[in-house]
Amino acid sequence: MKFLSEYRDPELARSLVDRIRARSSRRWRLMEVCGGQTHTIVKQGIPEVLGESVELIHGPGCPVCVTPLEQIDRALNLAGRPEVIFTSFGDMLRVPGSDCDLFQIRARGGEVKVVYSPLDALELARKNPQCEVVFFAVGFETTAPANAMAVWRARELGIENFSVLVSHVTVPPAITAILESDDNRVQGFLAAGHVCTVMGWEEYEPLADRYRVPIVVTGFEPVDILEGIWMAVQQLEEGRHEVENQYARSVRRDGNLPAREIIGRVFELVDRQWRGIGEIPMSGLGLREEFAAWDAERKFDLAGIRASEPAECRAGDVLRGRIKPIECAAFGTACTPESPLGAPMVSSEGACAAYWAFARYRGAGTEAAS
Amino acid sequence: MCLGIPGKIVEMYGTEGLPMGVVDFGGVRREVCLAYVADEVEVGNYAIVHVGFAISLVDEDEALRTYEALKELDQLDELEWMSEIGSGSPTARRDAARGAGEGEAPGTAVGESGA
Repeated sequence: MKFLSEYRDPELARSLVDRIRARSSRRWRLMEVCGGQTHTIVKQGIPEVLGESVELIHGPGCPVCVTPLEQIDRALNLAGRPEVIFTSFGDMLRVPGSDCDLFQIRARGGEVKVVYSPLDALELARKNPQCEVVFFAVGFETTAPANAMAVWRARELGIENFSVLVSHVTVPPAITAILESDDNRVQGFLAAGHVCTVMGWEEYEPLADRYRVPIVVTGFEPVDILEGIWMAVQQLEEGRHEVENQYARSVRRDGNLPAREIIGRVFELVDRQWRGIGEIPMSGLGLREEFAAWDAERKFDLAGIRASEPAECRAGDVLRGRIKPIECAAFGTACTPESPLGAPMVSSEGACAAYWAFARYRGAGTEAAS
Repeated sequence: MCLGIPGKIVEMYGTEGLPMGVVDFGGVRREVCLAYVADEVEVGNYAIVHVGFAISLVDEDEALRTYEALKELDQLDELEWMSEIGSGSPTARRDAARGAGEGEAPGTAVGESGA
């Protein structure tokens, strides 16, 4: 397919690997902050081919994985109500809440529907005026313009039986939290190409400057990722710490201005809990007061729902890049995609699921545990 | 979740004031909201589509430039490295790669043109 297959060229990938290996005077530690990139990296075996030149640390780049348990429990509560049609992207359905997941709610008779676009959920509300349609608005900045548009259109078209359960997070505060932590090992970042397609990279410039880390806006195909690593390694070798853009075919410095405008009109910055990490100040998006009528948390009484994380799951350490999935004792034993302990094993973009999907790691958890 | 797929816009229309269109992803067609690219979009453009929304138009010149630069560098590397066989030390090889990196390197080219 055009604009995909070129960036999967094995010859180009090999040449980039050679150059990265030749250029690295020591083993550099880079973090990618996008689950899609993590998936490609693990699938293609990039850590193995880079060997001693670069260690890739997988960051909290999967919005499904960082959605707090409390918010999952609220979704489950809503989905179980007889008057509610609960709508969501597919990857939220198997994320475990405190007692069950959305699939189980559906099996018990709850109306849970997977939608491709938030506009599909809005359309469903229109066609079912006797029901309350709730959409689970999860995601990073990439997804925010789509979710904002659904709310914007609901107001514009006067659709009152539609609301959103918001669990939006933003990337730069997470990068800050990682860089501020005492045990930080990350020396450079691959920034997520589609987050930056929407937001641009201006907000990363003070981060690169203040913490003296290279940040390379990077795409998703193997050649993109290797080129992003190559650019970051060059910066590290030369002692530079700048924001560079590898994914220039999609990302402009100021991002997508109409999309940013509607995000700003519909959402405001709020403190947000990250599953496994805790609260990060001003790291999330919540609906502005003028859209309160479409906010599921205000429309339905959900404030009483509280939850705490299971102790056995080390998702927090995985999400912060402190351990690799295979270093968790539960990996592949107590925790598999069929019966996951935590979200990173469920979502196709979770680091644990990526390690599991590519079978070469499957025995590792048992070995580490024994 | 931030998956974005490039597809070709084959049709454009409005639905109750919202710019919409049909995008072809290698044979599979889907309806897509074009509101965020409405100022510059034309039928035949390639867009990156995420959850039913075009979030950018693919800059075709940029895409070609990146790819060509990488290709060129790939060939350059091979020529340089071939000439080093027998005489080249690992350091010489590293410098060759570095020299290429500072010239027509995709990194530099992309970084500048993107800024």
